[in-house]
Amino acid sequence: MRLTVTGLAVRRSGRRIFAGLSFALGPGEALMVTGRNGAGKSTLLAVLAGRLKPDAGAVRADDVGEASLPECLHVVGHRDGLKSALTAEENLAFARDLLGDPALTPGAALAELGLAHALKLPVAYLSAGQRRRVALARLLVCRRPLWLLDEPTAALDTASQGVLAALMARHRAGGGLVVAATHQALGLADARELRIERPPLPAEDSAEAFA
Amino acid sequence: MIRAFRALVARDLTLAARVGGSGTLSLVFFLMIVALVPFALGPDLNLLSRIGPAILWLAAVLATLIGLDRLFQADEEDGSLDLMTGAPAPLELVVLAKVAAHWLTTGLPLALASPLFGLLVALDGTAMAATALTLLVGTPALTFVGAVGAALTASIRRGGLILAVLVLPLMIPTLIFGVSAAQSALGGTVPFATPLTILAALSLIAAVIGTFAAAAALRWSE
Repeated sequence: MRLTVTGLAVRRSGRRIFAGLSFALGPGEALMVTGRNGAGKSTLLAVLAGRLKPDAGAVRADDVGEASLPECLHVVGHRDGLKSALTAEENLAFARDLLGDPALTPGAALAELGLAHALKLPVAYLSAGQRRRVALARLLVCRRPLWLLDEPTAALDTASQGVLAALMARHRAGGGLVVAATHQALGLADARELRIERPPLPAEDSAEAFA
Repeated sequence: MIRAFRALVARDLTLAARVGGSGTLSLVFFLMIVALVPFALGPDLNLLSRIGPAILWLAAVLATLIGLDRLFQADEEDGSLDLMTGAPAPLELVVLAKVAAHWLTTGLPLALASPLFGLLVALDGTAMAATALTLLVGTPALTFVGAVGAALTASIRRGGLILAVLVLPLMIPTLIFGVSAAQSALGGTVPFATPLTILAALSLIAAVIGTFAAAAALRWSE
């Protein structure tokens, strides 16, 4: 698929987060979104995922047939979307049935992330890093071309970061796209970087905010 | 689509069974209210059996509210709701599946247990059966109406009380026809079938409007 973003601007509670953001991604390409805390990285991912309406600009997905953009992407963010009372296997099996287009079985996906032993364990027993790995295993149980990752390496140990880098490389080799908001190097080979800077507030804009 | 629906219902039923929570709690709450009434009114069996169906219905309406606030909020908090909005299945189907699972774990046990609780308010056999039947037909309406409130308050912390204030007025028609159906089984001029079919119609209307309204509320809150 191809992802085209043109002139994106977002305003939340009257405050402008960013404006005039444009980029395009083709098959196998990756984008690293960087910027200081509160710059709007997560906001950009929320707009791409279709959860937030932009004020201006457009997000377009091409070469995906009839699927809408939210149906072409996986999101792994701060909220991991796992139910503590269910086992890792049940969580992944649910995501597989819900999202459609199944790929790996939950067991195989967890084995890829080195968590095969946690298959039958309730997610409540897992550590933060292990939970994150279960959430990342969701990327493998369903086939979707665009991966939106928000701080994917948060709470991950060095070995798991290597595994994630390998998974992303394989996904891109198969024509997949990766957009990751991060503060660290993710091991994405020749990824493009988009740095979000807070736009300087024009005088009348800030006056309006306080009015 | 059917697969997603089945997965959602199975997941919510598993969660309800494993966490325990609202199903058992609302049943105990139902029992509490029904058990309190004879203490308040005194041991007047005639009076109790006359107002028994009304008490059971009132208790059922209040017990339905238990756990309703967590219907969408629990999924909103841990990000599961984001997963569901990204599914190929429409959000209406997700809402329908979740509400169906919620009714199976709260409304259905309530209706099934009501004959037993009817003993506490001195109902005879006919009245018990009639009340249980009206609850079976009417509680889906309560759950679907409640789901709209649950969707509206999904992102509000401690929205339980707001939810009750929002949905209780909308439950009044169901309460009226539920009680009048149960009363008409005890005798009177109205045949039992008339209010019962209106009650069934209310459940069907609530199922359609509730599903679409709750899905719209979830989309709007994002």
